[in-house]
Amino acid sequence: MRREFFEKILVIVLVLSPFFTWAQHELEGISTGTESQREDIKAFIDHHLLDSHYFTFTEDEETGTHYGIPLPVILWDNGLKVFSASKFHHGEEVAEVGGEYYTLYHNKIYKTDAEGTITYDEDHHPSNAKPLDFSITKNVVTMVLVSILMFLLFGGLAKSYTKNGGMPKGVGRFFEPLVVFIRDDIAIPNIGKNYKKYMSFLLTIFFFIWFLNLLGMTPLGVNVTGNIAITFALAMLTFLITTFTANKNYWGHIFWMPGVPKLMRIVLAPIEVLGMFIKPFSLMIRLYANMTAGHVVLMSIIGLMFLFKNWIGSSLSFGLAFALSILELLVAALQAYIFTMLSALYFGMANEEHHDEHH
Amino acid sequence: MEKLIEQFSFGLFFWQIIIFVLLVLLLKKYAWKPILDAVNNREEGIRTALQSAEEARKEMQNLQADNEKLLQEARSEREAMMKDAREIKEKMISDAKSEAQAEADKIIKAAHSAIESEKQAAVNDLKDQVAKLSIEIAEKVVRQELSDKDKQIKLVEGMLNDVTLNN
Repeated sequence: MRREFFEKILVIVLVLSPFFTWAQHELEGISTGTESQREDIKAFIDHHLLDSHYFTFTEDEETGTHYGIPLPVILWDNGLKVFSASKFHHGEEVAEVGGEYYTLYHNKIYKTDAEGTITYDEDHHPSNAKPLDFSITKNVVTMVLVSILMFLLFGGLAKSYTKNGGMPKGVGRFFEPLVVFIRDDIAIPNIGKNYKKYMSFLLTIFFFIWFLNLLGMTPLGVNVTGNIAITFALAMLTFLITTFTANKNYWGHIFWMPGVPKLMRIVLAPIEVLGMFIKPFSLMIRLYANMTAGHVVLMSIIGLMFLFKNWIGSSLSFGLAFALSILELLVAALQAYIFTMLSALYFGMANEEHHDEHH
Repeated sequence: MEKLIEQFSFGLFFWQIIIFVLLVLLLKKYAWKPILDAVNNREEGIRTALQSAEEARKEMQNLQADNEKLLQEARSEREAMMKDAREIKEKMISDAKSEAQAEADKIIKAAHSAIESEKQAAVNDLKDQVAKLSIEIAEKVVRQELSDKDKQIKLVEGMLNDVTLNN
């Protein structure tokens, strides 16, 4: 078996070797695309990673036509201002609403004058005033869609039990084991007997993150879980639940660590207090960084296909992108699992009962 | 880090919190609670079914053991009864035997004594008969002897001779 395999590989390498040398030659000749192309791809990736006021499916760079839906913009700037994002014409025009002028710069709304002038500080950041932006952005729309999907999916699963004599039906057969997995392998081992009051949060957060991660893999180009505001909100909820359901033991552990000398307790208290905030902070950064990195790497490799402009390099990039996509599918589930798991762990810490002294 | 803070959108954060909290509350009411209840009920059902099956099995085993014990007891009782019966039979036989023996002995003894006494009676009778006959013969002889005078004298003389001889 092994010998045959190696022989096959050898044959393939021998057959392809002239092409490799040719390809190498080609690559040296063209290096990797033009400077402007590289800039374009970088801008495209940066743009994709950010939230947007349009739900864009695709766009034609040359004619400047965007195929998508402009989303409503809601601003709080001396009163509520609601208007459609189509007023910006993708950042090309200044929107005039109620005597105030707004412009779109790198997907952010800035207050400006009738000409749309933007002033920059020394770090090349716009120094214009930013109104409070409560717009229904692309990410908000995606979240609402995922929420509706989850509600239909799990509400349907819940209903199928009564109709089907306590057994799941259809897709529920796939999702019920996951629900049971979260209960038996995440909630119960980490939290203990008080797990029931956390189940709703853990189940919702797991499927919410997982579905959003998966949606990020689609060509719709949404990157919800790779947005710091989203991961911050999720981590903050974990932090709030941990803090407000914590028992005496938890606070005792933070401010007056049992089982260590008194002096050490005073030293440990600030470290433990810091730890309270570091734990959710790490949750926030982990999810954000993993999803963003996955998107950047995947999109860069996809971008390479267009830079190479020869079939060897492009097909290699395609193979790599394909392999990475599969990896990203795994990461999508893994990050949801880790977030849920660590949340459960923190809830478990907040619920720990009497502690042995020899700890 | 600076880029992260710059990217942070309060609006998105605000919507996320509202959507997520609403989603948790709605799903809790319409999905998670019924789903977990159904799963729990099913698990509870399976557990009780298994438990009752185990109990039934144990009961069956107990019943079987009881049966076995009863059978054993019946068997040993039968054995004992058989043994008793055998003993009684043997005793009866031996009793009958010894009784019969004693009876036979008694009968034989009685027969013996009867025979003896009959014999004695016969002998005595014979003796009487013989004596009577002897006397009759003697009488007849004496009568004949004493029928004439010569003979009487002769007799007396004979007798007198005997007497002298006897001196």
